[in-house]
Amino acid sequence: MDVKVKILRYNPEVVDEAEWKTYAVTLQPTDRVLDALHKIKWEQDGTLTFRRSCAHGVCGSDAMRINGRNRLACKTLIKDLSPDKEITVEPIKGLPVLKDLVVDMEPFFDAYRSVMPFLVTSGHEPTRERIQSQADRDRFDDTTKCILCAACTTSCPVFWSDGQYFGPQAIVGAHRFIFDSRDEGTEQRLEILNDKEGVWRCRTTFNCTDACPRGIEVTKAIQEVKRALIFRRV
Amino acid sequence: MQQHQYDVIIVGAGGAGMRAALESSTRTRTAVLTKLYPTRSHTGAAQGGMCAALANVEEDNWEWHTFDTVKGGDFLVDQDAAEVMCREAVDAVLDLEKMGLPFNRTAEGKIDQRFFGGHTRNHGEAVVRRSCFAADRTGHMILQTLYQQCIKQNVEFFNEYYVLDLLMTDGKASGVVAYELATGELHVFSAKSVIFASGGFGKVFRTTSNAHTLTGDGMGIVWRKGLPLEDMEFFQFHPTGLAGLGVLLSEAARGEGGILRNADNERFMERYAPTVKDLAPRDMVARAMANEVREGRGCGPDKAYVMLDLTHLEPAHIDAKLPDITEFARTYLGVEPYTEQIPVFPTAHYAMGGIPTNIKGEALANNEDVIPGLYAAGEVACVSVHGANRLGTNSLLDINVFGRRAGIAAAEYAATAEFEELPADPSAYVVELVEGLRNSTGEERIAAIRSDLQATMDLNAQVYRTEGSLKQALIDIEALKLRFANVAVQDKGKRFNTDLLEAVELGFLLDLAEVLVVSALERKESRGGHFREDYDKRDDVNFMRHTMAYREVDADGNETIRLDYKPVVQTRYKPMERKY
Repeated sequence: MDVKVKILRYNPEVVDEAEWKTYAVTLQPTDRVLDALHKIKWEQDGTLTFRRSCAHGVCGSDAMRINGRNRLACKTLIKDLSPDKEITVEPIKGLPVLKDLVVDMEPFFDAYRSVMPFLVTSGHEPTRERIQSQADRDRFDDTTKCILCAACTTSCPVFWSDGQYFGPQAIVGAHRFIFDSRDEGTEQRLEILNDKEGVWRCRTTFNCTDACPRGIEVTKAIQEVKRALIFRRV
Repeated sequence: MQQHQYDVIIVGAGGAGMRAALESSTRTRTAVLTKLYPTRSHTGAAQGGMCAALANVEEDNWEWHTFDTVKGGDFLVDQDAAEVMCREAVDAVLDLEKMGLPFNRTAEGKIDQRFFGGHTRNHGEAVVRRSCFAADRTGHMILQTLYQQCIKQNVEFFNEYYVLDLLMTDGKASGVVAYELATGELHVFSAKSVIFASGGFGKVFRTTSNAHTLTGDGMGIVWRKGLPLEDMEFFQFHPTGLAGLGVLLSEAARGEGGILRNADNERFMERYAPTVKDLAPRDMVARAMANEVREGRGCGPDKAYVMLDLTHLEPAHIDAKLPDITEFARTYLGVEPYTEQIPVFPTAHYAMGGIPTNIKGEALANNEDVIPGLYAAGEVACVSVHGANRLGTNSLLDINVFGRRAGIAAAEYAATAEFEELPADPSAYVVELVEGLRNSTGEERIAAIRSDLQATMDLNAQVYRTEGSLKQALIDIEALKLRFANVAVQDKGKRFNTDLLEAVELGFLLDLAEVLVVSALERKESRGGHFREDYDKRDDVNFMRHTMAYREVDADGNETIRLDYKPVVQTRYKPMERKY
């Protein structure tokens, strides 16, 4: 099928402002948006620039705004996008655009790194594994699925308007440890998130949950962290 | 050009690279260079588990694991290395758990374990539950956990720095040259130790589970230095790639009870491996599948694939143990695994060969001598713990055991070694490579050459090979190399020039495809992942040996590939016929 793909192009080496360019490509309905981008890059315009790696939704490289919604290009099929109309592709919002669909990920990873996203324990390590019931393991299963693609954070209106806000992903990253029965860093982590730019900035718009390509209930995780802060227990 | 100095440079930030970094960064000043972001590495795509004889759910011990690894590798495994890996596997898993890895748990709260292909109790008696797992996203959890530990330890990363050359001084490693993707700037890193942990080169094939970025850069860099590559003919084809796409569906699907069926709905693996059936090693299952298709028992309109049947499993069990792969089937093929069988066909998955190393992770210049300061670990390396065919789960194990060992060895070496003086004009080769491509006036499209390479490799060097098919592949590769000399890079800019990046990557792919094919041509036997229809038996008399390939350039600048051989280390297991 013949499809028109409209891409927001920007290369500061060449132009001052981003501009839309439309490309005509022939695709299968089951092709992914990533296939469309590759066809354009490989057959029409080698300067088109985007990140990608695994191409099946596990590495988190190719989050972009497709028809106005944050998705992974490698997990979005053409047939699911009403391809009779133009498909629009633009970079995720709220992070500085470096070139075409490539944004500066450093602020995003800085936020993740700031919430102590690692297991904190004290005392002697056991000889064998730590014991954890499957029920305790299930408690934080949802947030272990995060692939750090930034689709949630860059779909959040609070993040767009306030560059200081940690954003949903950092809270997901903290949640994964706060609700891990083996972890002893909860107090410190909750204090970090209690900051004025922390969880309280969340306005519960559910954009993040809609955007997550891993199906994580992001808003629910944020609410659980808020509740833990109020009641000081997990 | 910027200059940097570190005691240890690690190239690649997947499991092996980050595991090495956790060791070396506590001992000495370390930097990790990756052409991606660490969490994008392909370790994250591994699914089924990491084997270790924890014996949490049934009797097991590391010696059985060693035997399975040796037999699974069709006796080309260096047995001293396999012993090290399987013995240290238990601690490797426990270390990850202590770092916070969220393994699935048994009723007693211990790490849960499940069946996996080729892993047996008591030397092949029956299958054994040895794979430690976190649903079907074990690699994801390992990658995330190691990255989290790196954050905790303040490991220094250079993200999106593409290493393009290894610097050598008097036969010792002395640094690397990297291209910064964001700016196009070159960086020279002086180092006492360099560890390559940059992964495999699955993109020489079209149908592959590998990421677009797995282009064998580390192997290619070492190769161009005239250093050897070992056992490059051995490439693993994973049985269950999504048909037509190659996206991996974990062997855990069969470990949890999934069954392969042909067009007659027959469980055909009963004919090929009567004892372990669908849980035979990957090379055997992949060949059996390809054979079913060749003999006309394939499914679908073109009879081009077989089916993976999970429909007899409880949906709740599928959701708990195999959530991701069933979602892949739904997303990409529109198939509902609860009620429908999934079309699957072998997909290029894993390079058993690579940079030869010893059990400390030290890279070898030949059969005996190490290259001071140079290390390799993970898929880029060949220890050789996988021999002619890697067992499922043993790659996640390999990266943890040998990543750790390489990190320790590199740091210990750096603690006493001095910085070598860098060669004069250290970035000269990379400047020529990068600017030559950027300023090319050629007309050949990168994607067209790459696509033709992948087509010939899929057709001629896949599950079944013959002298004729391999010679055809070689002819095609030579022609593609000529076309590559005339390649067009359309993006002439400095900033995030991924067009240029793909051209460089294609250069490595062409080199490595040639090494693979030349090595395969000379191995006139069938062993593990290398199956020659014209020599369909294993030949221990002539070929119980590793291939060592070297790039040689004569006085006129003509390149040739010289093959040499290295003995296999055998300790306690004598070669036997491989039946399951």
